[in-house]
Amino acid sequence: MSVDETNGFFTDVTLCIGCKACEVACKQWNELPADGYGLTGNSYDNTTHLGGNTWRHVAFVEQMDRTTPAESRWMMLSDVCKHCTNAGCMEACPTGSIVRNEFGNVFVQPEICNGCGYCVPSCPFGVVAIQPQSGIAEKCTLCYDRQKDGIEPACAKACPTDSITFGPVVELRKKAEARVATLLARGQHVEIYGTKEQMGAVGDLNAFFLLPDRPEVFNLPPNPVLPSTYQPGAYASLAAAIGVVALASYAIFRRRG
Amino acid sequence: MPGLGTLYGRGGATTFLMDLVNSDLIIIQGSNFAENHPVGFRFVTEAKKRGATVVHIDPRFTRTSALADHYLPIRSGTDIAFTGGLINYVLQHEAYFKEYVETFTNASYLVDPAFRDTEELAGLFSGFQPDSGTYDPASWTYERDDVGRPKKDPTLQHPRCVINVMKRHFARYTPEMIESVCGTPPDAYRRLCELVATNGGRERTMVYCYAMGWAQHTVGVQNIRAAATLTTLMGSTGRPGGGIMALRGHASIQGSTDIATLYDLLPGYIKAPSLERGESTFEQWKAKQTMPTGWWANWPKYAVSQMKAWFGDAATAENGWCFDYLPKITGDHSHQPMFFTMKDGGIEGMLLWGQNPAVGGQNAALQRAAMGQLKWLVCQDLFETESAAFWKREGVDPTTIGTEVFFMPAASVAEKAGTFTNTQRLVQFHEKAVDPPDDAHSDLAFAYGLTKRLKALYRDSTNPLDRPILDITLDYESDDPHERAREEPDVEKIMREINGYTIADGVQLKSFTDLKDDGSTAAGAWVYTGYFPAPGENLTRRRTGDDWVSLEWAWAWPANRRNLYNRASADADGKPWSERKKYVWWDDEAKKWTGYDVPDFIATKPPSFRAADGARGMDAHDGTAPFMLQEYGVAELFGVQGIVDGPLPTHYEPRESPVRNALYPDVQVNPVLKQWLRRDNPYHEVADERYPFVLTTYRVTEHHLSGAMTRWSPWLAELQPELFCEISPELAVERNIRNREWVTITTARGEIEARALVTGRMKPFKLGPKRFVHQIGVPMHFGYQGEVTGDAANVLVPLVADPNVSIHEAKAFTCDVRPGRRGAAHEGPTWLPVPLDERTPLGRPERSGAVAPPPHETVAIDREIVDAATIMSASRQVHDQGERRP
Repeated sequence: MSVDETNGFFTDVTLCIGCKACEVACKQWNELPADGYGLTGNSYDNTTHLGGNTWRHVAFVEQMDRTTPAESRWMMLSDVCKHCTNAGCMEACPTGSIVRNEFGNVFVQPEICNGCGYCVPSCPFGVVAIQPQSGIAEKCTLCYDRQKDGIEPACAKACPTDSITFGPVVELRKKAEARVATLLARGQHVEIYGTKEQMGAVGDLNAFFLLPDRPEVFNLPPNPVLPSTYQPGAYASLAAAIGVVALASYAIFRRRG
Repeated sequence: MPGLGTLYGRGGATTFLMDLVNSDLIIIQGSNFAENHPVGFRFVTEAKKRGATVVHIDPRFTRTSALADHYLPIRSGTDIAFTGGLINYVLQHEAYFKEYVETFTNASYLVDPAFRDTEELAGLFSGFQPDSGTYDPASWTYERDDVGRPKKDPTLQHPRCVINVMKRHFARYTPEMIESVCGTPPDAYRRLCELVATNGGRERTMVYCYAMGWAQHTVGVQNIRAAATLTTLMGSTGRPGGGIMALRGHASIQGSTDIATLYDLLPGYIKAPSLERGESTFEQWKAKQTMPTGWWANWPKYAVSQMKAWFGDAATAENGWCFDYLPKITGDHSHQPMFFTMKDGGIEGMLLWGQNPAVGGQNAALQRAAMGQLKWLVCQDLFETESAAFWKREGVDPTTIGTEVFFMPAASVAEKAGTFTNTQRLVQFHEKAVDPPDDAHSDLAFAYGLTKRLKALYRDSTNPLDRPILDITLDYESDDPHERAREEPDVEKIMREINGYTIADGVQLKSFTDLKDDGSTAAGAWVYTGYFPAPGENLTRRRTGDDWVSLEWAWAWPANRRNLYNRASADADGKPWSERKKYVWWDDEAKKWTGYDVPDFIATKPPSFRAADGARGMDAHDGTAPFMLQEYGVAELFGVQGIVDGPLPTHYEPRESPVRNALYPDVQVNPVLKQWLRRDNPYHEVADERYPFVLTTYRVTEHHLSGAMTRWSPWLAELQPELFCEISPELAVERNIRNREWVTITTARGEIEARALVTGRMKPFKLGPKRFVHQIGVPMHFGYQGEVTGDAANVLVPLVADPNVSIHEAKAFTCDVRPGRRGAAHEGPTWLPVPLDERTPLGRPERSGAVAPPPHETVAIDREIVDAATIMSASRQVHDQGERRP
């Protein structure tokens, strides 16, 4: 699998109209049920977060400015699994169910997953979750079945304004950089979210975003971490603890002896 | 829409969505484009990518505002003041496109000396008839020379030439006035004025996009006229990236205007014969409808061909082509008066297709009660809608309702073949994907099957009154045994009839120019002639697109023209105004019009052609007259015909408003609006302190119309699961309302409950130093049936109408809002209204505004003690006394 052939998403927040067609197209194609009915009172977001049944989620950010109304913004971001270069879920999976498929996407094999849930806290973006009906870990497959038939994922197909685009990540990155340059030239402050420079150990995100504000505003972590990020420190602490216990035991037994 | 029809000649959008990418300035007003037309909005985002400026003007900061470069707030119902200010700016600064306006509009025509403007009559035009509350438009015309042609002043200097009449008319619409009327910040407004002024002329074009936010007002038609006036002044209509994009609210609503569902139109915009106009024979009808000059000189060809299509051999010249078979208009039979008549027991039965008046109808409680007066109701729909289940709604005892309800399951779009005519007049065919389940049928099959059964029932009748049923043509039997077994007719056979054919040999016609008035051709709707020009050549099936005009993609009426009036994209000599905006031009070598689109003009009429005195039909139009359906082929900035509430748009307040008309204090509302003063349809008077807030109803992306399809889908229901009411933080503090908690919204028509959605996207309007008006918004999608349910916003809305098209005013009326849930009896008047003899008759300026709103105590009668019978008998009495205005 060469990096050039990896497929992914580029989601441009400046083009999103918050229509949620991606959410519905995703649920329809992947036969996912609704999560239940309740008004949150949080802007127009009533599905609240990604989960076992919600693999695309549109976040709504209202920044209404009463002192300088012209600065007011209402931003929408269609969040999705990032299909990380170094995926936390994959690292944590004890059964080997989570793999990187032939399109370079992080894929949970439903027939192998035993629903242990180790992947859930290991995802730095809070993406993967246990699907309540099946009891196994589920998340965006990047429409693996559609890709195998040579068609784009359902969300990208449904997106009316091309805020979500699908394709080889190498090409998407070029497109994103051109878009950033255009918007910067027009005086808009935008940035790409998902380059390995920002993401550290997680590496490049294969589903990346163009953001008009800081990542935290959209509930995206500015410095995502992997389970292994703290591993060296954790092992060192463990070794130190063992050492202390050993020394203490030695001291105690020696006194008795 | 007469707003566009009276200015340009046709009511349809002048341009097409894909052409928005060529625009330099896109103004979206009276529309929540991104939310309600998300697929079309892709061309707005694409235009923005290419450098266009996008402006959104709306009472609420919506998802459209979120994507716009500039958002300007506007108090609901003040759009004419807003647009009038822009018109004033371009006129005063001479920023309009002079050559275009001089050549293609009636700007240089002299207005009749008898005409008096609102400036002279304190808010009324000449011809107002106080007794009938209507206008006599006799003085809204041109000064004519000896042979009857309008006098002109090409130098535009004469004080009575249209452009100077307009200058005086709009002079009042200053930025300061706009601020005090619309609540729009003056700085932002000035910037918009400059933006408009710099986006016209040879090199640049602007486009207006509008939808129901403009139409649903008592000045709806004039809202649209105002914008069309501005795009015409800027020289954008008929040119790439320019014009008016009318956004239709649901699939094929353009189609159902073309193949007319309106009570006063026959298919193809042929006006139904009206006894009010004295059209009781075919000859009288023909005399009234055939225009001496312009395209409507062809009227007899279209009308006769239509009757031949419907009645076949029975239609002969001797019997006036079966004119007697056609129903005649005897009054206003539009939706609102029809439901009043129904409520009063005047209608026996109703067939209800694709409509849900129990939720989508204004003063919904009245419409639900009206259905309870029917003997029978047939409702065909996908689900058991609120209208099909009105008899078992909350608070109603089914044993008190005598209506027999038949619910027929309908086929959904994927379960039937047919066409959609979309917002840009594009007719697209769609195949059937699967059979409908069980006994569900297409609407077409229902209508076809019903007619077949009626014909069989009347087969042996000798009563002449039954002839229309026996003579109507019905040759649509499917050749496919599977479809025939399901009683589904052949859609293409119907399309063939709509397209038209020769009677003698049945050859399908290629163009409406082939139609004849001697009975030798048949065509169901002349505007569609040419969409099925030969067997097997259904042009609406075509799917070859390019990245712009896409002439090979389906078919658009008329004659596959995509941008209407596109002759205006070339100058008087037929040369493109500029290379950048090149579109259709005169090819001097080939001696014909050519370009990227089908020319919307007589293809071989040279630009130098000049009409001879006394010429008829299209010969009366010069080679510089792009608006072929108009009397003189020019855009009528000053409307001389077809509009009943004034030749120029004028700001009047909505029927219910918290403020008085600042522009014309003597005339509060559209003086000729239609209203129904009845106890079951009470109105709030101006500045009624019991109803201090403005309410607008609207749609969101997640649901469609009354929710009859979407609230049944869990995937959509979870996205917007409950009725909410958008409230500004300022109002929330004032009324002690908390986000997500219940609020009750009250009008005199009823009350509903909703969850509060407190958001900074709503903002009070500042109309003066210490004068603020609060506005709230409620979606109209909820009802008592479906996966998710809620109160219907339309319970709150009054029945009151624009005088041109009888559309209601759901976008601007007044209300109260308070924390907490509503009581059980929420439908119907919440207080007994002011007795009619104490009311201020609207539209009678000598008395308008003279009566102050009555104090609380006299009207706050506990509605528990008012039984329905009292209200009912009172309303009947009122109705019988003829209180309804014509």
